[in-house]
Amino acid sequence: MSRTHVTCTINGDEVEFLCEDDTTLLNALRDEVGLTGSKEGCGTGDCGACSVIMDGALTCACLVFAPEAEGATVVTVEGIADGNKLHPLQQTFLEGAALQCGVCTPGFLVAAKALLDENPHPTETEVRYALAGNLCRCTGYDKIIRAVLAAADYNGSEG
Amino acid sequence: MKYLAPKTVEEATTLLAEHPGATVFAGATDVIPQLKAGRPEPEALVDLKKISQAVSVSDEGGHWSIGAATATAKLTGNKALAAEFPGLVEAAGLIGSDQVQSRATLGGNLCNASPAADSVPAMIANGMRAVIAGPGGTRTVAVEDIPTGPGSTQLQPGEFVVSFELDHAPARTGDAYLRLIPRTEMDIAVVGAGVRITLDDAGNVASATVAIGAVAPTARRVPAAEEALVGNPINDTTLAAVAEAASAACNPIDDKRGTIAYRRQVAGVLARRAVVAAAERAAASTNGASNNGETR
Ligand SMILES: Cc1cc2nc3c(=O)[nH]c(=O)nc-3n(C[C@H](O)[C@H](O)[C@H](O)COP(=O)(O)OP(=O)(O)OC[C@H]3O[C@@H](n4cnc5c(N)ncnc54)[C@H](O)[C@@H]3O)c2cc1C
Ligand code: FES
Ligand code: FES
Repeated sequence: MSRTHVTCTINGDEVEFLCEDDTTLLNALRDEVGLTGSKEGCGTGDCGACSVIMDGALTCACLVFAPEAEGATVVTVEGIADGNKLHPLQQTFLEGAALQCGVCTPGFLVAAKALLDENPHPTETEVRYALAGNLCRCTGYDKIIRAVLAAADYNGSEG
Repeated sequence: MKYLAPKTVEEATTLLAEHPGATVFAGATDVIPQLKAGRPEPEALVDLKKISQAVSVSDEGGHWSIGAATATAKLTGNKALAAEFPGLVEAAGLIGSDQVQSRATLGGNLCNASPAADSVPAMIANGMRAVIAGPGGTRTVAVEDIPTGPGSTQLQPGEFVVSFELDHAPARTGDAYLRLIPRTEMDIAVVGAGVRITLDDAGNVASATVAIGAVAPTARRVPAAEEALVGNPINDTTLAAVAEAASAACNPIDDKRGTIAYRRQVAGVLARRAVVAAAERAAASTNGASNNGETR
């Protein structure tokens, strides 16, 4: 079967790729576009390691068929830093050692960015609910929650 | 497998007629995990999200029209809908994480036909109707009549749900949906209960709908609970009758989430609590808290 041609905007750049219609956006990002930051933890929507922001909405790239991305705007973990300047969340994750193996980290960063974009000063409870779709087998979550709250403070001082 | 994205209902019905082995989808939050689990691939997948009626939410005067392929995040974000039908919107908002909410839909939740689908008891409690398009034209069917068993519906080949109709609530009406899950997020209901109550001027129940989920092959209404409520005040006697009727209406399975005896008991408890929550909202709605629509 002929492959489908998809044109979309990824991290601000216009990107074209070819895919099979039953490929997920996650596999297309990783295998066709070469952006391997998004991870596959489960492939079924449970772990959030594949989180991306598609047309402004946080979503699991593993639950999207790649052809659905035609014309869409996608932000992956590779797109959240400002050039060489890390996103405040990346900075506070590093400073707070909010990761161990790191497989969950891209998903947490993207989900936390989606939260802070909507709600720059969330409460701890709001952070915990917003990240309920992201699983981490290593950290016990506490350092991740602290890092997100620290990045929210950073947001404030940056205005 | 071919991906097809029709822009109109007519285009979709034509494509479905041309591809008898096709499956429609909206959020794919059930479809993709099922394919991953080994379900055979359909010949084609028809994406309903490019059809404007299927992805819009609008107040049509007498009723709301809710597109069947509208992401639940759009429903929880709709203040007017959430103010008039907080129970329905809360039920939709319980489906999965924020990541899932940007994709999951009421049409998918209903037509996937899981007995534990969270939005279904709340849709039934609110008397919602599904507008179905197909080769023979359009027909409208009560939501409660759509699922026929786990994984099966009464939809015929080539048919799909375009939208749902939801009549505006009369004055002094409130709805509620409660579920029990072992965690606080991201789990499948052990029991769910959706209730809608309208009170009369004296504070007695004028009408009631009670629906329970996850305790039988499909979500079902509990007529005995509704009869126990109508004409009566909400008190210990009526609430005990509601609980007893809900427990008796269960035909649950035993699984790792709960035994038959546990599900039966919890169904009674949740139905009673959902009646109390819906009645409180109904009473508060005289102050305009949940009936602030200008259309009535
Ligand atoms: C991590 C995770 C957590 C979840 N948590 C919950 C939960 O808490 N509660 C819950 O109830 N569910 C839950 N689900 C299941 C799922 O998200 C819901 O059932 C959702 O509402 C399905 O909607 P969808 O649009 O994604 O369906 P899809 O996957 O697109 O479709 C599901 C089925 O319905 C059919 N279908 C879809 N739309 C239509 C239509 N308009 N007309 C006719 N047929 C149609 C499809 O052919 C398919 O058979 C969860 C799923 C995941 C991945
Ligand atoms: S890989 Fe997508 S949610 Fe786990
Ligand atoms: S750091 Fe290993 S899964 Fe989170």
